[in-house]
Amino acid sequence: MRVLLFGPLRDVAGWRERTLTPAPLSLSSLRTALADEDAALGAALDRPGVQVAVDKAIVRGDLDLHAGCEVAFLAPMSGG
Amino acid sequence: MIIRLQTERFDPGALLSAFCNRRGDVGAVVSFTGLVRGEAGGVEALELEAYPGFTETEIEREAQAAIERFALLDVMALHRIGRIAPGEAIVFVATAAAHRRAAFEAADFLMDYLKSRAPFWKKSHGPDGARWIEPTAKDYEDAKRWTKDLT
Repeated sequence: MRVLLFGPLRDVAGWRERTLTPAPLSLSSLRTALADEDAALGAALDRPGVQVAVDKAIVRGDLDLHAGCEVAFLAPMSGG
Repeated sequence: MIIRLQTERFDPGALLSAFCNRRGDVGAVVSFTGLVRGEAGGVEALELEAYPGFTETEIEREAQAAIERFALLDVMALHRIGRIAPGEAIVFVATAAAHRRAAFEAADFLMDYLKSRAPFWKKSHGPDGARWIEPTAKDYEDAKRWTKDLT
């Protein structure tokens, strides 16, 4: 599973992209895994306005993930 | 429709000429070019980040909405990504319609979208370091104008 961070989130985490193996089975377990490793990132991901895209489509709430998917956490967008 | 993200500089005049020559049934073309403001030395560069493959799709959806709403015959949006210096063009939008009003309004509509809701993340680099930029209250107000008069 590829995990991508955009905008200020990557400054909080200190990374932009990671591959997770084994892949968490759901979005909520991915959030938990990231927060357990880095509490500041976990808190930043929970902030209002942060959106999640799975395979480049915005999703809401929890959902099951597959090992080959790409999950992107999108900080509030700046516009151009 | 042409939607493009690129790191290279572009020539707005050349883009406009090419856009005008794309078809024969157009009566009006409006273009907008946005430049990076230097803010009297406060901005040394803007750094624009996009999510390739996602950002273009989102802009395409809004451009399609503009085509339907304003009966556009063609539309183009080009946005720079990466590091952009003051004075350089950062965004180019062009709209083509049968008559001028639709072309003016559609260009305005698309720019309001690009400034407030398009998936970009923008960092300003200056003498005091770098900071992330969010849309201004005015950007959100401008974007809201287009939801008021929906019938």
